Amino acid sequence: MRGFERRLNEFHARGVEVLAISADSNQESRKLCASRGYTYPFLSDVKAEVIRSYGVLHPRAGEDGRDIARPAEFLIDATGTIRWVNLTNDLRVRARPENALREIDWLMAVAAR
Amino acid sequence: MKRNWNAWLWAGFGLALAGAFSYISLFIWFPITRDVPWVSYLLFIAAGCLLGIGLHRAFGQPERYRGKVSGVILGVLSLAMIGMFCYFTFILSKDMPASTDAPHAGQHAPRFTLPDGAGRPVALDELLKTHKAVLLIFYRGYW
Repeated sequence: MRGFERRLNEFHARGVEVLAISADSNQESRKLCASRGYTYPFLSDVKAEVIRSYGVLHPRAGEDGRDIARPAEFLIDATGTIRWVNLTNDLRVRARPENALREIDWLMAVAAR
Repeated sequence: MKRNWNAWLWAGFGLALAGAFSYISLFIWFPITRDVPWVSYLLFIAAGCLLGIGLHRAFGQPERYRGKVSGVILGVLSLAMIGMFCYFTFILSKDMPASTDAPHAGQHAPRFTLPDGAGRPVALDELLKTHKAVLLIFYRGYW
């Protein structure tokens, strides 16, 4: 999350918005953003409905056995089509901003052709 | 004769502690240490060497060095910490159900509207009208 914040201007320069989604309440997300200095939107999916619709639910893995999201990244183009999916089987190992930027550059190169 | 303090044992224990508890703060600042926690491994190896030397002294020259009891305790504690660390990195962090129903590249992204930190609704469709793409990062919450 910190890496994406550091390179946020590179995403914005490409016309790409970065959104973080978790099952935390928006108060918790606000606290997290304030303490870590994150400026991109952190969205609250308290009921885990969107998390479920993207197939990234990790049932009962949160505090008090709540359903939470497993780490995952999706790149969606302007037509609403998913262009890149990054799922991990190790919650320590998530996509780095450079992985996403490479996919974005590739996507835009293809679109420009 | 007063026996010497066996500093090797405590230094080894200190390194084992450092190896186990520095991992998260280390990879936040130095991302290269994240995927394979090699700094922790190096610290654990160094800890094992120091503890080994300390124990060798404590049991080999008990008339000169202390540490027969404290050395065994520190050694066991260090092993327990290293074990916990391995449990966390090798087992707990991979303890996820397989995600088989995630949409694939080429499929339509499920629509959604969710509140941001300030409680304002953010709609994917609206963002896609004004951006070339949107990157969604799902995370477990609070880290």
